[in-house]
Amino acid sequence: MKILVCISKTPDTTSKIAFKDGNTKFEDAGVQWIINPYDEWYSLVRAIELKEKDASTIIHLVTVGGADCDPVIRKALALGGDEAIRVNTDSSDSFYIAAQIAEIAKQGNYDLVFTGKETIDYNGSSVGAMVAELIDAPYISLATKFELNGTTAIVNREIEGGEEVNEVALPVVVSCQKGVAEQRIPNMRGIMAARTKPLKVVEPTVVDTLTNIVSFELPPAKAGVKLVPADNVAELVRLLHEEAKAI
Amino acid sequence: MSVLIFIDQSEGHIKKSSLEVITYGVAVAKQLNVSAEGIVLGTVANDALIQLGKYGVQKIYHIANEKLNHVDAQLYAKQIADTATANNSSVIIISQNQTGKAIAGRVAAKLKAGLVAGAIALPDTTNGFVVKKSVFSGKAFANVNITSAIKVISLNPNSFHIKQTEGTAEIVTVNANVAEPKVKVTAVNKVSGEVPLTEAEIVVSGGRGLKGPENWGMLEELAKTLHAATACSRPVADAHWRPHHEHVGQTGIQVAPNLYIAIGISGAIQHLAGVNRSKVIVVINKDPEAPFFKAADYGIVGDAFEVVPKLTEEIKKLKTA
Ligand SMILES: Cc1cc2nc3c(=O)[nH]c(=O)nc-3n(C[C@H](O)[C@H](O)[C@H](O)COP(=O)(O)OP(=O)(O)OC[C@H]3O[C@@H](n4cnc5c(N)ncnc54)[C@H](O)[C@@H]3O)c2cc1C
Ligand SMILES: Nc1ncnc2c1ncn2[C@@H]1O[C@H](COP(=O)(O)O)[C@@H](O)[C@H]1O
Repeated sequence: MKILVCISKTPDTTSKIAFKDGNTKFEDAGVQWIINPYDEWYSLVRAIELKEKDASTIIHLVTVGGADCDPVIRKALALGGDEAIRVNTDSSDSFYIAAQIAEIAKQGNYDLVFTGKETIDYNGSSVGAMVAELIDAPYISLATKFELNGTTAIVNREIEGGEEVNEVALPVVVSCQKGVAEQRIPNMRGIMAARTKPLKVVEPTVVDTLTNIVSFELPPAKAGVKLVPADNVAELVRLLHEEAKAI
Repeated sequence: MSVLIFIDQSEGHIKKSSLEVITYGVAVAKQLNVSAEGIVLGTVANDALIQLGKYGVQKIYHIANEKLNHVDAQLYAKQIADTATANNSSVIIISQNQTGKAIAGRVAAKLKAGLVAGAIALPDTTNGFVVKKSVFSGKAFANVNITSAIKVISLNPNSFHIKQTEGTAEIVTVNANVAEPKVKVTAVNKVSGEVPLTEAEIVVSGGRGLKGPENWGMLEELAKTLHAATACSRPVADAHWRPHHEHVGQTGIQVAPNLYIAIGISGAIQHLAGVNRSKVIVVINKDPEAPFFKAADYGIVGDAFEVVPKLTEEIKKLKTA
């Protein structure tokens, strides 16, 4: 069993969001970079669990990004995984990123490609679907549970207002979210081992970028909360009805 | 040239998010001076489709193959992309709901089309084709230029108002070849009778301040009165006080209802990331320093156990008045 886990780096969830260069770039000064939580807590940990069950499993990590991704990849290697591949290029275009991952996926002949549900910075929830299309594999989105039975994957996935259970023969691309696994903390042994695990840097394949970010903006500031005394709930209902027209 | 709108259905019922994308797609078509066309996959009654003309869509391609009654990313993407190619569609609009997250990327990759996922406004076509989308989990917006000839936009649910006009849609029944699905659906578990969280106009949400699962009755009562969906903070779901699918926030579900009522939730940044696109936020918390008040439009500093039953009572009064 060969698993490819897609790892992206994102600003820590508590980072202050600000922009620079005339609002064209994310202000990364002082920002702590982390592994995108969905990639770390759910897809990577699930891949490690599968390896714990079947030691012949090989886990490769792939990230598309510049050298500033290396610390984050090392952390992912410390959690588990056998080697990492970094495609040395930087882009915000999901098609461009997916095409790079698809290239690695094709070369490595993986049985399983895991992505996170979404990146918490670009929130596209689309790279996994694109990779699946580019390698012509089925795609199961928003998985909440993932099991293997031989070469069949049994996956619960979120649908509107509920869940469904899917069965599909490998290879398959799956995007993971809460439920698939539980968060883990890397231990000292893992951190030491990660130092000697291979981190291959490869150059990107030539693909067109189909989108580019022109500018960023922050949402308009809230006007401030209108407080209503606890003994006058009727006033809140009046405001919600007459002023906010929300009920 | 045309704008092709993917109209999502479930068991023959057209979703509210589909009416949003139709309204949006019709507006984009008007902007580009091309026709607004829809595509429906799976079994839906013809009458229900003709009705969609009321939202301005002129023509609907209906592929009524039973294999499409279930969302299969591979089969859906193929039908949508083929229909787009056959009808020379330059812009494809999809809702960024669960179905959209399964298929939008596939459709885009198939057509080699640039994708803006999670759009919240109409494109600006004065200088390129720039679409505003939500980024950093609702903490900011990015204006994204799509440079490819074919463009795919997936629209965040609840970010565009449904508008009714006049008209009936011409229904074109298409007999397409549909392959055998590779993914087998072995079970479907829908929470029946409840309002789906991502479609809800109003969300009533509870946090650790409610002390335990046994106290959710008053929230459910309030939700029922408002025809609202219920949600919760992450620790509440982690402690199994509430089901996981109710967990909203950075690592849970992102919602954008007209009204979000937060009860006994402190308003941590990761929680706000899932709810900050709500139009109106009401916070009920006994701690005046709770960070949630900074993100709120209305608030009551008080004990939820006293305030919530009163709130339900007052809303009942309003509804019967
Ligand atoms: C990487 C990361 C991701 C996370 N993702 C999420 C996420 O997706 N969603 C999420 O919700 N959290 C998330 N969290 C957790 C988040 O940081 C907070 O810990 C969590 O939101 C707190 O939940 P809470 O507000 O219910 O509980 P608390 O913080 O314990 O707040 C309880 C509140 O209830 C109030 N209260 C107590 N009694 C009463 C009463 N009788 N009446 C009225 N008010 C009362 C208190 O004043 C307090 O403000 C994440 C954390 C991390 C680190
Ligand atoms: N630059 C990247 N490198 C590796 N994987 C990525 C990258 N960007 C996105 N992904 C993967 O695709 C998932 C969905 O990303 P997105 O479509 O941007 O929301 C993420 O959770 C990652 O698993």
